[in-house]
Amino acid sequence: MTSPAQSFDIIVVGGGHAGCEAASVAARMGARTALVSFDLDTIGAMSCNPAIGGLGKGHLVREVDAFDGLIGRAADAAAIHYRMLNRSKGSAVWGPRIQADRKLFKAAIQSMIARQDNLACIAGEAAELVVEQGKVAGVILGDGYRISAPAVVLCTGTFLGGTLFRGEERIVGGRIGEASAQRLAAQMREADLPMARLKTGTPPRLDGRTIDWARLEEQPSDAEPWTMSPLTPERVNPQLFCAITRTNERSHDVIRANLHRSPLFTGAIDARGPRYCPSIEDKIHRFADRDGHQIFLEPEGLNSHLVYPNGISTSLPADVQLAMLRTMEGLENVEMEVAGYAVEYDHVDPRALHPTLELRAFPGLYCAGQINGTTGYEEAAAQGLVAGINAAAMVLSRETPALDRANSYLAVMIDDLTLHGVSEPYRMLTARAEYRLRLRANNATTRLTPMAIAAGCVGPERGEWFMRREEERDCWSDALDREVGAIELAAEGLPVRADNGKHSLREWLRFGGVELESLAPWLPTELDPLTEIAQELAEDAAYAPYLARQDAELRDLRASEAVPLGEDFPFAAVPGLSREMVERLEAARPANLSAASRIAGITPAALAALLVHARRRMDTAA
Amino acid sequence: MDTIFALSSGQPPAAIGVLRISGPGAGGALEALAGGLPEPRYASFRTLRDGEGALLDQALVLWFPGPNTATGEDLAELHLHGGRAVVAGVEAALASFDGLRRAEPGEFTRRAFANGRIDLAEAEGLADLLSAETEIQRRAALEMAGGALSRQVAGWRDRVLTCSARVEAVLDFADEDDVASLPPEFALEIRELEQEIARALAAPHAEILREGFRVVLAGPPNAGKSTLFNALVESEAAITAPTAGTTRDVLIHPVALAGVPFSFIDTAGLRDQHIVDTIEAIGIARAQAELERADLILWLGPEGLGPEGAWEVEAQIDLPGHGAKSSPRHRVSAVTGEGLAELKHDLVEVARGAMPRPGQAALNTRQRGLLGDAVAALAGAAEERDPLLLAEQLRLTRLAFDRLIGRAATEDMLDALFGRFCIGK
Repeated sequence: MTSPAQSFDIIVVGGGHAGCEAASVAARMGARTALVSFDLDTIGAMSCNPAIGGLGKGHLVREVDAFDGLIGRAADAAAIHYRMLNRSKGSAVWGPRIQADRKLFKAAIQSMIARQDNLACIAGEAAELVVEQGKVAGVILGDGYRISAPAVVLCTGTFLGGTLFRGEERIVGGRIGEASAQRLAAQMREADLPMARLKTGTPPRLDGRTIDWARLEEQPSDAEPWTMSPLTPERVNPQLFCAITRTNERSHDVIRANLHRSPLFTGAIDARGPRYCPSIEDKIHRFADRDGHQIFLEPEGLNSHLVYPNGISTSLPADVQLAMLRTMEGLENVEMEVAGYAVEYDHVDPRALHPTLELRAFPGLYCAGQINGTTGYEEAAAQGLVAGINAAAMVLSRETPALDRANSYLAVMIDDLTLHGVSEPYRMLTARAEYRLRLRANNATTRLTPMAIAAGCVGPERGEWFMRREEERDCWSDALDREVGAIELAAEGLPVRADNGKHSLREWLRFGGVELESLAPWLPTELDPLTEIAQELAEDAAYAPYLARQDAELRDLRASEAVPLGEDFPFAAVPGLSREMVERLEAARPANLSAASRIAGITPAALAALLVHARRRMDTAA
Repeated sequence: MDTIFALSSGQPPAAIGVLRISGPGAGGALEALAGGLPEPRYASFRTLRDGEGALLDQALVLWFPGPNTATGEDLAELHLHGGRAVVAGVEAALASFDGLRRAEPGEFTRRAFANGRIDLAEAEGLADLLSAETEIQRRAALEMAGGALSRQVAGWRDRVLTCSARVEAVLDFADEDDVASLPPEFALEIRELEQEIARALAAPHAEILREGFRVVLAGPPNAGKSTLFNALVESEAAITAPTAGTTRDVLIHPVALAGVPFSFIDTAGLRDQHIVDTIEAIGIARAQAELERADLILWLGPEGLGPEGAWEVEAQIDLPGHGAKSSPRHRVSAVTGEGLAELKHDLVEVARGAMPRPGQAALNTRQRGLLGDAVAALAGAAEERDPLLLAEQLRLTRLAFDRLIGRAATEDMLDALFGRFCIGK
């Protein structure tokens, strides 16, 4: 028996990082949106480490923020420790990262969701999808209540068929103490979608009052006053320090002696976990020659004594976890509040998705986050944003922003996922972005906010801020066009040869030893060289020669993007492709030749064959 | 799609004539001619008859069902007796079948490329192979078509990839103590690779194969240049090189000596420089340009006054009172033929040394340009201290390699496809 239907434009299932971004961007774009979660109080929960950002991930946070997303501002509201990773290297690989107070983060997300127009939160289990004539039409909740919408975004995280493992224990659920979505998982499996299982893990949580902090190396918060979102005027919370300890031979002995009790080694979990974020038992087993591994002790909040030991995710039995912890310096008398565990969960092979994150086989059904085989809050938030934009654009008949590998990490991730699929949980890395010199965390606003505004994703506050910023950019841009001779620079003590001629200030910034601050004598006094926009323009100038070289490459990219392969491209009928290539191409269905060229194992000769075939089809169609 | 056929061996008469048939109708044609399909990939001896049952030839036939064939299509080969009439008879019979036609030049290669059997560098080699006129050109083109360059580039690419992986680890995993910074010898490794590619670049290039080893005859008027020029090029097989032809003042004649392609250039027509008018000034400029482009100069003028590195040749030794030289490399008479064989032999030896060795792929301009990009990027990488920009230089290196073999797709590939191979027309 179903209750009377309530109707929306979009239903988002799941209130994690993906779900919150998807629901709020859809609502910002004007779609009437429902956010369905088991328990409304867990909306915005950080289920694993209490940190946001990092290498590659910080870029995603800034990009979501550039679309007026939530994660950047919530991170600032909750930040108790700021750290810019990779600061000694080029700014394109700087990774902004913060430690967050879990309660403050959740509160910040929940308050933004509550303030958002067009957005209703509904408590309940999304038990079943309603499908009418092959299209998604809504969901039925656990209590039989039906809500209708032409688009549903699934952001179920590890809750889809989730099982927790800790030593010999098995618990059905997506997070400790919470139910998982078993019925929905069964329905997805029945729908013949390509599903697989992945695993992830989380470390134990420690009682910080039982840690001997005095014996440990401290890591203070960055002194520079940067924030995650440029809309956050300044840091709001007192800053705490983190500390570093290490595993040692005794810790390794404890683990080795109990490997037979880890579900990872007994064969209970056979799904693949992330290589770059392995469990401690994996690390000991695979890197047997290492005598220790660094563990960061990260405070979970201002008013919490909980500490998150980063680097020690594990599914060993609780007694072994405690014994192992107590072998480490500073942790000799530590008490464990919650033991670590591993989660095995269902995910969809993301090659079954369009680049819009809509399932090809299931019109109207979008997937975002861990359900697509990724790991990380930032990856989830970014996909939630993209899925939300596309679902809203579909319902509202709007154009979608033209994201591509040359303008965003968002597109890099989605392109990777939908073309390559995953064999382990996907994490963002700067190495994945071939055009990363132009994709700096620092210039996300410039790259993306104009298209975010055009797509209707940006609220008035950021819209106004952006206009002011553009005015400031114009001032700076004019100022940097000023031509100055080498003799003048040399006279002020700058390290340039006097016979270097006359250049614009912008060009001078390419010379080693010439910084924006040192050009102050030739800049209008009212311009502050320490502002975010000034630094961005200075970096643009420094990278300009490299970017110019990439332009030819990008023209090439666009040319091969202009060779469409289409939804029904008969890969099997193209001569010269091996069976394996045909399988990979059919699984990912690349939309154009450029996408096909990025699929692993597609040879240059095979690309030539695809190109010829595509041309023939175009000629026939014309 | 049409089924195409062509004589793949030299022009008849010859000992055998090999006819190739490629396309969906190849099997049918073979069946009709030979009265059945032989076992795939085995040579069979068959009697060939035309549509009326008249005997054409007794031949060795081979049947290669697609797609794992040279062209990626069904393919048949007929090894006929190489007489003109025999070949013409079988060709006529093939042309009479529905859907069969003569192949256009390069069409087998085009189909192999279009069917994904070969990559861009290999296709370029095949195109060169088709236009090869001398043995040494043919061998070099064969290396390229066989994928020698593609394999070498793949090896370099793997090495750069390994370097890239190490830089990326430093960039992306800096927050973990497992990844140290780059070792000091890292730059040396990059330098080593850079030098290796630079050496490959310095090797003989494809133009020397196509245009021949350029030998310029130089000297004052009446030194015997034209007579020697004629003696060197006459009776030799003329070949057609892209630069063939005469200009007003420079005569270029491409020939093959002992299978090695040469271009002999006579700077005849130049008079003493003190009476030059404008037109002749142009002629002198051209002659000068030829001297600069020359791989070798034969100097017939007064000893010691020729350009640096030129061979001193004492010419006209049949004439009494000719300008004798104290230590000429050669003494020749174009009239009596004395010393001519020795001179030719010496030229062939030296030119052969300048040609690609067996197993060495000759690079064309496009390929050299891309390898040059790779070398420049590696040099930049070796200098770079910021790992981010170092990584970018290594990426540019890989990109150059990718473009070389057609991996980076599009522009190169489109040029090759729609220019050289006229696909889609």
